[in-house]
Amino acid sequence: MSEIIDLKQEIQKSTLSANLFFACYTDDVPQNGGACVKYKDDQIAIFNFTRRGEWFATQNLCPHKQQMALSRGMIGSSGDDCEPKVACPFHKKTFSLKTGECLSGDDYQLKTYLVVINDGKVFIKID
Amino acid sequence: MAKKNVVIIGNGMVGHKFCEKLIAKTDEYQLVVFGEEPRIAYDRVHLSSYFDGKTIEDLSLSTIGWYQENNIQLHLGDAVTEINRTDKIVHTHSGKTQSYDYLILATGSAPFVPNIPGVEKDGVFVYRTIEDLDKMKAHASKCKTGAVLGGGLLGLEAGKALLDLGMQETHIVEFASRLMPRQIDDAGSKLLQGKLAQLNLQVHLNKNTSSIMGENEITGLAFADGSVLELDMLVISAGIRPRDEIAKLCGLEVSSRGGIMVNEFMQTSDESILAIGECALFKSMIYGLVAPGYEMADVAASLLCNIDKQFKGFDMSTKLKLIGVDVASFGDAFISEPDCTSIIFEDTHKGIYKRINISNDGKQLLGGILIGDADAYNMLLQTVNNKIILPPNPEDLILGSRGGAAAEGAGVMSLPDDALICSCEAVTKGAICGAVIEQDITTVDGMKKCTKAGTGCGGCVPMVKDLINGTLAENGKYIKNVLCEHFDYSRQELLDLIKMNKIKNYDQVLDTFGKGDGCETCKPAVASILAGLWNDLILKQDTIQDSNDRFLANIQKGGTYSVVPRIPGGEITPDKLIVIGQVAKEYNLYTKITGGQRIDLFGAHLSDLPIIWSKLIDAGFESGHAYGKSLRTVKSCVGSTWCRFGLHDSVSFAIEVEDRYKGLRSPHKLKGGVSGCIRECAEAQSKDFGIIATEKGWNLFVCGNGGSKPQHAQLIATDIDNATCIKYLDRFLMFYVRTADPLTRTATWLNKMDGGIAYLKNVIVNDSLGIAADLEEEMAFFVNTYTCEWKAAIENPEMRKRFNHFVNAPEEKDPTVKFEEMRTQIKAEAW
Repeated sequence: MSEIIDLKQEIQKSTLSANLFFACYTDDVPQNGGACVKYKDDQIAIFNFTRRGEWFATQNLCPHKQQMALSRGMIGSSGDDCEPKVACPFHKKTFSLKTGECLSGDDYQLKTYLVVINDGKVFIKID
Repeated sequence: MAKKNVVIIGNGMVGHKFCEKLIAKTDEYQLVVFGEEPRIAYDRVHLSSYFDGKTIEDLSLSTIGWYQENNIQLHLGDAVTEINRTDKIVHTHSGKTQSYDYLILATGSAPFVPNIPGVEKDGVFVYRTIEDLDKMKAHASKCKTGAVLGGGLLGLEAGKALLDLGMQETHIVEFASRLMPRQIDDAGSKLLQGKLAQLNLQVHLNKNTSSIMGENEITGLAFADGSVLELDMLVISAGIRPRDEIAKLCGLEVSSRGGIMVNEFMQTSDESILAIGECALFKSMIYGLVAPGYEMADVAASLLCNIDKQFKGFDMSTKLKLIGVDVASFGDAFISEPDCTSIIFEDTHKGIYKRINISNDGKQLLGGILIGDADAYNMLLQTVNNKIILPPNPEDLILGSRGGAAAEGAGVMSLPDDALICSCEAVTKGAICGAVIEQDITTVDGMKKCTKAGTGCGGCVPMVKDLINGTLAENGKYIKNVLCEHFDYSRQELLDLIKMNKIKNYDQVLDTFGKGDGCETCKPAVASILAGLWNDLILKQDTIQDSNDRFLANIQKGGTYSVVPRIPGGEITPDKLIVIGQVAKEYNLYTKITGGQRIDLFGAHLSDLPIIWSKLIDAGFESGHAYGKSLRTVKSCVGSTWCRFGLHDSVSFAIEVEDRYKGLRSPHKLKGGVSGCIRECAEAQSKDFGIIATEKGWNLFVCGNGGSKPQHAQLIATDIDNATCIKYLDRFLMFYVRTADPLTRTATWLNKMDGGIAYLKNVIVNDSLGIAADLEEEMAFFVNTYTCEWKAAIENPEMRKRFNHFVNAPEEKDPTVKFEEMRTQIKAEAW
């Protein structure tokens, strides 16, 4: 319960201080998978990591070949500390969902966003 | 206490590497970087790939974010114009001032432009920065003929760039009597010249350019011998000149021939100023390659951390792929008889030239040249650098051992621990093997992250791989064939476990037999196992399916999909052809006949897939499973119905077989073929299963493959009737589905099978394992439960909803999708 209250406080704080964007409803995003939302002229990939009870959001553009595809990628974890990750459907470059770092040894960096869930709605914090 | 300032002038490859090296060693300095170019350090070595599709981002070595995270102040597009050594301050072009405790000069070099009359004319370019490339690109559109002045390494790269820019004619003009005069000999040059000619690059040697012709714009080159070459653009690549102007200006010692003089610690004549990379002159030598530049960066960073490290000169051996041709030169490439013995191998037919120079006592390799095939380069370089005693037949080094089969990579383990494997990142054999033993690194990717080996030019990657496997084997580690980090089982083991425990979804499989949260390797593998066992609709678990299975279509460049309806046996009615044409027209799709006798429709937006399929299904089509690791097509020739040679009706049999196995999920894709006579027009012997008509029935072949490693299918039964053929196929396909590793085609599966084709034939034809009835039963279940996935998907609103690009704007298509026109159809925008 405490987590939910925290989130509500977070939302109240955030709406006052920062920009929360209503992206979609929770059931718009497949379980353990991703979906793409349009934000202005931008595309953001949202991941519903049901298995971990976590939500993540990153840029939808895979920096490797500049393809708008990450939301269609498979998610999973890497290593002993279970770093959550997504694999691009094109060439399977993988990226940390937490930090956006490329885990396949290349020097790419994804932009990540904070996701807030409230009342069946998915919000993304835009900075 | 405030941190001491280290100011770096230059944000090229070496300047960037210095930042990486220094922050890895210490955090006691504040780093400030000034770069003259407007963009962050990028990979200049692979510059020509900018013309064949790579973007600036692809070439970038880092990101602004990286500099921010590491608290490095980065000023781009601002050149340092003056160094005040007395007050230890630099002044920049934009008027900034910055004090320093240490100053690092990584100013690199500029192209050397010889003093030929006319070099200032329009259409004359140099080849160094992205800006240079953009200018060339802008000019090239109106040009037909281009040339490069200079046939060295960079000049040939520039030649490739001109080819990529679409020149109809490209010339290389070289003053010396051979190409790449610093790296290869006359014979090598001659061979290389021939190879380049095949690629439409004309080489002119011994040409002394006297002037550049044209009014304002270049029209040609005039040579001292009186000849003339007409052209529309020229790239000058006549060598490099160290950028030492600001060093000279502030009174540092600079060579009269260019280059900032440095000692073995990279210090200039002012000990708080260091110089690294192509601007530095060490023992009268400028090192114009990236690996020695990186080594200098490390030496300089070490000095600032009081680590004793000296620059001892650097091996200038190189291996590169020039316009698709391997060229390598190592050690003392030019030493010749009587100071050594040279062994030369030349194959003008295949375009291969190899030369190795051996000490007169036959014990040591001194150097050599490889053109056309440089696979042996890494091992030869190691042999030179580590003074390894040569075998009695040193020619084996370039010819390969003939006769006795030496294990691949066996030689790698015999190298000493301090052998430098990755020269870009200075990683030794000891470091690589140590990472395997102490940190359990077992993959090349892991090794790249752990030691950075292989992250520079990438040339050492095969050797790194051999070292990892060699070390694992030496330590008696069983290289178990497991799925991935989440499952300690092979595919076959996991299949048995899932089957025995009757598990039907991925999460439960992971909870019961695995660990972690899964990944892009195990998810599709388990998905394939589940589909093969239970034949459930794969979209019920859409997010564990591989890229193409997830949306029941093949993802293509740009993020659109292709659509392939099933056309069993390649037989199609005119009415169905018309429907395909209508659908393609309506949704603006590119159409092409595939190798499997069907029609592929490309360029469909994700959100159009359901409507496209509902129209195709209304016309009687079914999914072709072109997206799945499953049965693709059974190709046929027209057979006895029309052909005057045909023995049986191959089309009817192909349709029967394709309809029977359509949708069967397997470890990899499956293709079949049926030919109506021995002329074999259906090419059945190159398929996973091939059926060929005989006077008395059919011959059945299995485990053939086209693809990258073609292999003929092998005969397992002769003169059998239709029913027997189907029975054997049921057994064969189910046995493969059950036992093969993920992504293993039937040919590879057979090649790895103990006992080979004799064993397989025994299992399938003689039922030696007593499992034939089981296999047939499983196949019968499969055939009886087949449904068309696309039909199911379009009838289910929940599933249909998943085929939108934006969940919050389902009616909108991805605006980044772009097409270009080609031969009146569309094609995807190049990447």
